[in-house]
Amino acid sequence: MKTKPYFKSVGPIATILLTCLFASSTVNISQAQNGHISIEGSGEFGQKPIPVSLEGFSSEAAEVLKFDLTVQGFSFVTPDAAQYLIHGSDAGDVSGTVTDKFAKKVILSRGYNGANPRRQAHAFADDIVSTITGKPGIAQLRGSTAKIVYKTQPSGNGPGEIYIADFDGKNAQPITSDNAIVAKPAWVPGKLAIYYTSYARNNPDIFFHNLSTGQRSIIASYSGLNTGAAVSPDGSRVAMILSKSGSPNVWVCNADGSGLKRLTTGTEDSSPCWSPDGQSICFAAKINSRRRLAKVSANGGAVQALNTTGAPNPTEPVWSPDGKWIAFTSQTSEFDICVIPASGGESVVLVPGQNPSWAPNSRTLIYNHRLGNYHQTLSVLDVFTKQYKDCARATGSNSEPAWAR
Amino acid sequence: MKLNKLIFPLMIALTATLAVTGCKKGPTRMTQLYGRGQGGIGDGSGQPPTLNPGPQFPGTEPGPGTKDIPPGGGPTADWDPFMYNQDRSALAANTVHFKFDSAAVLDNEQSNISAVAAALSNQNLKLIIEGNCDERGTEEYNRSLGERRALALREALTKAGIDPLRIRTESFGKDKPVDPGHDEAAFAKNRRGDFVLCTPK
Repeated sequence: MKTKPYFKSVGPIATILLTCLFASSTVNISQAQNGHISIEGSGEFGQKPIPVSLEGFSSEAAEVLKFDLTVQGFSFVTPDAAQYLIHGSDAGDVSGTVTDKFAKKVILSRGYNGANPRRQAHAFADDIVSTITGKPGIAQLRGSTAKIVYKTQPSGNGPGEIYIADFDGKNAQPITSDNAIVAKPAWVPGKLAIYYTSYARNNPDIFFHNLSTGQRSIIASYSGLNTGAAVSPDGSRVAMILSKSGSPNVWVCNADGSGLKRLTTGTEDSSPCWSPDGQSICFAAKINSRRRLAKVSANGGAVQALNTTGAPNPTEPVWSPDGKWIAFTSQTSEFDICVIPASGGESVVLVPGQNPSWAPNSRTLIYNHRLGNYHQTLSVLDVFTKQYKDCARATGSNSEPAWAR
Repeated sequence: MKLNKLIFPLMIALTATLAVTGCKKGPTRMTQLYGRGQGGIGDGSGQPPTLNPGPQFPGTEPGPGTKDIPPGGGPTADWDPFMYNQDRSALAANTVHFKFDSAAVLDNEQSNISAVAAALSNQNLKLIIEGNCDERGTEEYNRSLGERRALALREALTKAGIDPLRIRTESFGKDKPVDPGHDEAAFAKNRRGDFVLCTPK
């Protein structure tokens, strides 16, 4: 496990948060309705991971469990130091138990069959997370391993393809074969469909791609820039960047490209994202020659700048599904993944990287970071403990990941 | 202008004084006041000032005053690049470079702008401006910055008299560096606007 050794936090707020965390992470054990003992974690920055031990699994199942649990706030220790003991087997099918060492009680005992051992291990990981924390795990979505979409380039720049993979980078497969520059893939919530930017027609245009039928259509191919598609939570609208009026600004349209409306008029905007209630759009703006994050109503109106204190040059905002946080990329000499409260304020600087995208649990992010001079690799991060794991990288430079919802 | 404001009341005061004193020989001392009939704004005739008309652009009505060129040269062109042969070499020597994180066209690039404008004197030709960035800056931020660089060049060419509707822009962000290096020398080469001359097929 690669855990960042330093805590590059900023300002007094972070200190206060830390203090709260230590106070609130004193384990609050309550009798859950289903008879399981569960911990109600408050979920704030600087948390100590929940220590668990893992025994009895072969390398692949153990690898899956370690990946899934690390990126949701668990750490792996010896049984002596563990709060929960995970024990099981993947000889044939996966099965396992979780024992609460303090309560001296088995709180989960389950076996899995069907699919394959990897998928079974992901399912066990989700059951471990929901049993211990009382909140759903993120390893599965609508009956399969949770998916991501991202771009892959043979070299660090230039042409590439859109890829889909499991969130840990396994089972990667290209879904385009245009050998064109591609950018910023985005999921349609609840559907097997995506939007992305492609230069396949020698201009950055926005494509809609139905992954069930393979059918593609272009929803924005105006002169100039068409990029940065972001789908509203109900799937009915798309926010994007167009330069058709003479500067790159935020526009919205219906899912099929109709009903186009301009939302902003600043010098240079990028990377729009939606609030979970679909009412607001957050984006990267240039205000008085400075990079800022800003918000605008999804119906248009005044633009309001957001403070990202302690994190200069913010871009690439993404709103957490629970509405509480906005993650973004800050640029100094390198790039860092940061988080602010959704109303703006002191930034928590997390790890080096770019292009964050939230998992449904509002605590795990997928992002990309530099791998040598030429390539980017995907990584999954638990923002509250700063633990992260690198995803498998099938080929080339991987970036701009988006977590399926 | 300030003098002018002073002149008018002074003249009135002088006239009034003369009227009251009833001097028939005329004033003994004259103070030369500047600004009257000397080409300043307002010539004392009581007529509204006449201004030199600004440069005219295709599709705009001629009118008094300088016509502002909108950012980027205004609404983008919608001609189809597939209907044209694209010549990347004709204007390769006129590539314009930018400062870090800036889309401002530098004064020392004006000769390149003039050369490109001259190449477009044949009204059948059209132009694609490609905006590019160095690798510092996030991917989508750079895609917008590259577009704004291309639009800034389009605006400069519009000021040089070229119809903006003959000019398309295309941003490659940091996806099309000319120098794959990771030092300032490479970055400086990569922050650029390339001109592609388009001739009808």
